[in-house]
Amino acid sequence: MCLGIPGQVQSIYDVDGVRMGKVNFGGIVKEVCLAFVPEVNVGDYTIVHVGFAITRVDEASAQETLRLFREMGKLNEELDPAAQTETVEPPACPLYPPPST
Amino acid sequence: MKYLAEFRDSTVAQSLAAEIRRLVTRPWVLMEVCGGQTHSIIRNGLDQLLPIEITLIHGPGCPVCVTPLALIDKALMIAAQPGVIFCSFGDMLRVPGSQKDLFRVKSEGGDVRVVYSPLDALMLARQNPNRQVVFFGIGFETTAPANAMAVLQAKRLGVRNFSVLISHVLVPPAIEAILRSPANRVQAFLAAGHVCSVMGYWQYVPLARRYGVPIVVTGFEPLDILEGIRRAVAQLEQGRAEVENAYPRAVTYEGNQSAQALLAEVFEVTDRAWRGIGVIPNSGWRLRSAYREFDAEARFDLAEVQPQESPLCRSGDVLQGRLKPNECPAFGKQCTPRTPLGATMVSSEGACAAYYNYGRLAPERLASAPLPAMSG
Repeated sequence: MCLGIPGQVQSIYDVDGVRMGKVNFGGIVKEVCLAFVPEVNVGDYTIVHVGFAITRVDEASAQETLRLFREMGKLNEELDPAAQTETVEPPACPLYPPPST
Repeated sequence: MKYLAEFRDSTVAQSLAAEIRRLVTRPWVLMEVCGGQTHSIIRNGLDQLLPIEITLIHGPGCPVCVTPLALIDKALMIAAQPGVIFCSFGDMLRVPGSQKDLFRVKSEGGDVRVVYSPLDALMLARQNPNRQVVFFGIGFETTAPANAMAVLQAKRLGVRNFSVLISHVLVPPAIEAILRSPANRVQAFLAAGHVCSVMGYWQYVPLARRYGVPIVVTGFEPLDILEGIRRAVAQLEQGRAEVENAYPRAVTYEGNQSAQALLAEVFEVTDRAWRGIGVIPNSGWRLRSAYREFDAEARFDLAEVQPQESPLCRSGDVLQGRLKPNECPAFGKQCTPRTPLGATMVSSEGACAAYYNYGRLAPERLASAPLPAMSG
């Protein structure tokens, strides 16, 4: 229910006194209410929930978070080179059943 | 898709998991509040990446799951009335009431429609002036601004045949109820990111201080969730109990001021019954008197309902983290997504549905088993 999908604002217009717009979600374009994000402009990314934009995606924060993740990866590599050779499979754990197929 | 794919990178997920393993020295119990996070955790096997010391308890943040049975019975009564178009988010249609669900009402001739947005329901009302259009307005703080906007527009445009059946619930009172419970095991919370996009996270500061628990605002993609867990574990290991924001691209301390202004205009705080949990004081919103004319409960003359839960369903224990879904005797037997006994088996955010749909059919961790050391 609290699912929010990031999309890029393509256009902004008024419907019955409410700020609306077209938002592109990786190729799928939907009409979205933009009344709660007055700061959002065409080209910005916003997170949309039940047809309403609830927040602007902060590009700088997103890049900063990803940079921190990359640094943590390097740190782990230095501390434990073996960690980087793991496959994407989760590590085996005797108390979990193998993943079902 | 931008802002999704980057936060699903499996190599980075391994780094975050390794960092969590490096930090942890003893057992900790964390709760992810939001059912959307529960589904992301189970779908991506994030819990299986974590060291055995970390236990994740799935929280009550599934609005479909906690909507009280009495209100679902009222929805069913309204939807069955001739002349009514009953609109709902799709998740709600299969949620069992005492006797039936909205799908059954639809098959019996009721005009039940799934809408994407509450504004779609308002549009239906304007297109059908001779019908009563009722929207089932459930949800947490994330969804409330949308429902408030639909009510405000109905008032502004004078759409008299539109009403909402409101059941809004709030996260901070639910966290406090969990913390006050004598049986509480939760030592840190991952707060629901999109609730905080709307409301900010200032309300969690007194909770963290009063109860000495770390609260980390957390997003929904695999890396977001692992980062939320990493920060919570770091706080626990260091003996800190602070509110941190691990989802800064979508959440600010103050939250969305425009949305909060409309919420304050349309809604007021009220006590709310949570299905499976009971009444939590000041844990919901209802329409203010200026908007009461759009309240479906006031508009429709409904007989007193006598809600009747399935005696086999233990969703209340699941919602409060006392029982893992696959530890319930009815799980996967009498209760499946096709024949759900409780709402937690229905919703795309319900913990029982997550366990069933992603193949966690048997209890994973034996209560009596010793905790083995984790390698790798």
